[in-house]
Amino acid sequence: MVYLQLFIEFFKIGLFSVGGGMATLPFLVDLTTKYDWYTKAELSNMVAISQSTPGPIGVNMATYAGYNAAGISGAILATVALTVPALVIIVIIAKFMENFSENTVVKSAFYGIRPTVAALIGYAVWELLQITFLLTKNGKMQLDYLGILLCLVMFALMMVKPLKKLHPLCWIVAGAALGIVFQL
Amino acid sequence: MKKLRELYSCFFGIGVILFGGGLAMLPLLRREVVEKHHWVTEEEVLDIYAIGQCTPGIIAVNTATYIGHKEAGIVGSICATFGMISPSILIICLVASVLQNFIDLPVVQHALAGIRVAVCAMMLETVISTMRKGIVDKLGILLFLVSFVLACFTPVPLALIIVLAAGIGVIAKKREERK
Repeated sequence: MVYLQLFIEFFKIGLFSVGGGMATLPFLVDLTTKYDWYTKAELSNMVAISQSTPGPIGVNMATYAGYNAAGISGAILATVALTVPALVIIVIIAKFMENFSENTVVKSAFYGIRPTVAALIGYAVWELLQITFLLTKNGKMQLDYLGILLCLVMFALMMVKPLKKLHPLCWIVAGAALGIVFQL
Repeated sequence: MKKLRELYSCFFGIGVILFGGGLAMLPLLRREVVEKHHWVTEEEVLDIYAIGQCTPGIIAVNTATYIGHKEAGIVGSICATFGMISPSILIICLVASVLQNFIDLPVVQHALAGIRVAVCAMMLETVISTMRKGIVDKLGILLFLVSFVLACFTPVPLALIIVLAAGIGVIAKKREERK
């Protein structure tokens, strides 16, 4: 049963996530409310590991989600399901459509899709921010001020020109070190 | 058969050394499929990459699928796609199973908490750069705000929001032309 659910969900993600790996993230966030495959906090770890291992981020995240849901066979199934819609669409495009990416309908559809993809990634980040910085201590909700401060400092550093090009792995290692030092 | 094996191993190789996906793939792709295998020309690589960008799914995988199809039809596209995703499956399963054994250690917990903070910072950066690239006019701002509110505060499915946005884009451009 979990295999069928995995296949359907990741087929859907493959069909509707447009514009790169991070576009799959809002869909992965939504899965946390439907299934108990992983929590939002675990999703945050999955993003970090997917960014710091080789391979396309979107594929890595799907593999990881599938692994958490149903082990190695789940990982394979989710990843394959993710790629099936694109495979079908691309074979059709390659056979029947010339200059697909120059097509005016395709271009104007993307004119509408791009701001929306930014918004959906924004939604996913909003969810991740809540799970990272809203802590429940003794039954009370609390903001993690130290974490927020560290996050803002890192974000500001990322905006600095020479640091912009740094590999994601550098930031992840820095984050791990800060987490250990400050006992986050 | 030899061609299929080549397609699989070429994209497997790209998957192993590719970090981050997307644009990071272009130089690797050019070296492998243009210079080494001569499957496509310099100009075609950019066209194929553009197709990968405007079809659903993961850009790197889509690019592999297209080149595989061009070289050896449907079987070729399947081989190239599997080549591209195999390294991810191997590496992620390995990392995930190793991590499972250490996840309860306090030092790992602290490190992961710190990593989550770093991920938030990186994701904020991603949102800002996709906003910069994607929002070019007033309609873009409106679409951004409406989609954000719909995604955060209503149960409207994300897929529906994407489809609606595509429709609005097509209608808006049609109207512009008529003027």
